[in-house]
Amino acid sequence: MSDLLEMLSAPLMQRALLAAVLVGAAAPVVGTFLVQRRMALMGDGIGHVALTGVALGWLVGSWAGLVPQDSLAIPGAVVAAVVGSVVIELVRERGRTSGDLALALMFYGGIAGGVLLIKVAGGTNASLISYLFGSISTVSTTDLWWTVALAALVLGTGVGLRSALFAVSHDEEFARASGLPVRALSILVATIAALTVTIAMRVVGLLLVSALMIVPVAVAQLYARSFSRTMAAASGIGVVVSVVGLTVTYWNDIPPGATIVVLAIGVYAVAAALQPLLRRPVPPHDPHPDLPDDVELSEAGQPGRAA
Amino acid sequence: MSTPSTPPTVVEARALSVTLGGQPILREVDLSVRAGEVLALLGANGSGKSTLVRSLLGVVPTSSGSVRLFGEPLGRGVDWSRVGYVPQRMPAGGGMPVTALEVASSGLLSGRRLRPPRGGRRRALAALDAVGVANLAQRRVHELSGGQQQRVLIARALVREPDLLVLDEPTSGIDVPTQETFVRTVARLHDAGTTVVVILHELGPFAPLIDRAVVLRHGRVAHDGAPPRPAPDHADAHHDHTHAHADPEPPTPPALTVEVNP
Repeated sequence: MSDLLEMLSAPLMQRALLAAVLVGAAAPVVGTFLVQRRMALMGDGIGHVALTGVALGWLVGSWAGLVPQDSLAIPGAVVAAVVGSVVIELVRERGRTSGDLALALMFYGGIAGGVLLIKVAGGTNASLISYLFGSISTVSTTDLWWTVALAALVLGTGVGLRSALFAVSHDEEFARASGLPVRALSILVATIAALTVTIAMRVVGLLLVSALMIVPVAVAQLYARSFSRTMAAASGIGVVVSVVGLTVTYWNDIPPGATIVVLAIGVYAVAAALQPLLRRPVPPHDPHPDLPDDVELSEAGQPGRAA
Repeated sequence: MSTPSTPPTVVEARALSVTLGGQPILREVDLSVRAGEVLALLGANGSGKSTLVRSLLGVVPTSSGSVRLFGEPLGRGVDWSRVGYVPQRMPAGGGMPVTALEVASSGLLSGRRLRPPRGGRRRALAALDAVGVANLAQRRVHELSGGQQQRVLIARALVREPDLLVLDEPTSGIDVPTQETFVRTVARLHDAGTTVVVILHELGPFAPLIDRAVVLRHGRVAHDGAPPRPAPDHADAHHDHTHAHADPEPPTPPALTVEVNP
């Protein structure tokens, strides 16, 4: 118990925990829309592009002589991620290239661009490691403010506009026939996905960002019946795995990002294994009690009824 | 203002042409639908019925010509809350759980209304009740039968109490009792003054309601007037046409075109 209090009173840990709660809550909200749009891997594509943004921010920072050199890394990542996600969305909308091909181009372009640019900026590949795999223990107060502001924006948009974002994600054709601003709403989903990637970057790292967006949704949809409950449950699961994962790494010297993701996947495995036992079985019943049977069968002659 | 003898035009298409994937689907289609009419759109598979309806609603981009709904050109000027569209099928989606109530509620949004109005839940439940599936409100839509899903889609269009109802083959692949429910629902709306445009493969149970029929052939209007008699081999009363059939996919251009120039 005193250990727990000690952990909670460490300023570094306080910042890290607050970041984890915000990211854990926001990422699955966006993930719910991405899964519904069949773009579960979009977060991953954005994450790769954000790496180029990190390196670009670094390059600009070193040209401007800023100290520390990487003080523009997060703004760089935000810009690159937003631009990249809007491009993915427009490519998808045009239907010129299939969604997964567009993602593949971004995956590799993003990583290669990041590695090249970081060299030009005078850094090494090692400089990128903390962005690729997360470094929650180095969350500064400035980082925390970025995280709070962006998480509030993502949660506010995702929850406040969930009906409209759901309508567009569920049936784009009907949304168009309803006069909804389909393109603007699709770009909004892409943009909040991009912002989520950049705030989750510090916690789980760019390579694992998508897991925090998607895995809690995968768990929640096993049990939830409705879209809104899936979203709420996924968000709750995101918070729990992030906080528990981070807490574990306070006492054990293991990487927090990877711990959080492994924990989430563990929760999925257990939830999936227990699902047949926990979901209420539907007893055999007439699915259309209001409809008369179309053919009459004599009770005795019915196949399969003989005991 | 129009006199009672000439009700206002609800749908007005002039020289409407649509090209999808380089292939002309509609050519110079003129169509006008007056308030209170029940119009059937008929035609063989691939004649352009669905494309016509989808271009009238702004789902498919038009290549030339103009469309007006309630006198306004397609776009932000149209009062979209007056338009109710019922597509052929529920989209497959990404496998997320979605309840019938959530689908019906999404019909409450239109135009610039991005958040459901007060009392939206009650209205969505009432719309589900109107098509006889209120008891399925909390069920996942993908666990429902085709006929039940179709009812949910109609509820989504009815929830906004539309003045123009557009149905794309509401009876294909649907059992007879559900078809009769639809016909009763449409008849009730028609009596209340709703304009109805319905794509049909054959008039079937809708026959008594239809004021006028437009027949498309190869993307052109081949007939516009009284409902036509079916082709001779389709006239048999036992000829059953309620099989489900998918719309042909719009032709996509080949990913790679190789031209050989000798």
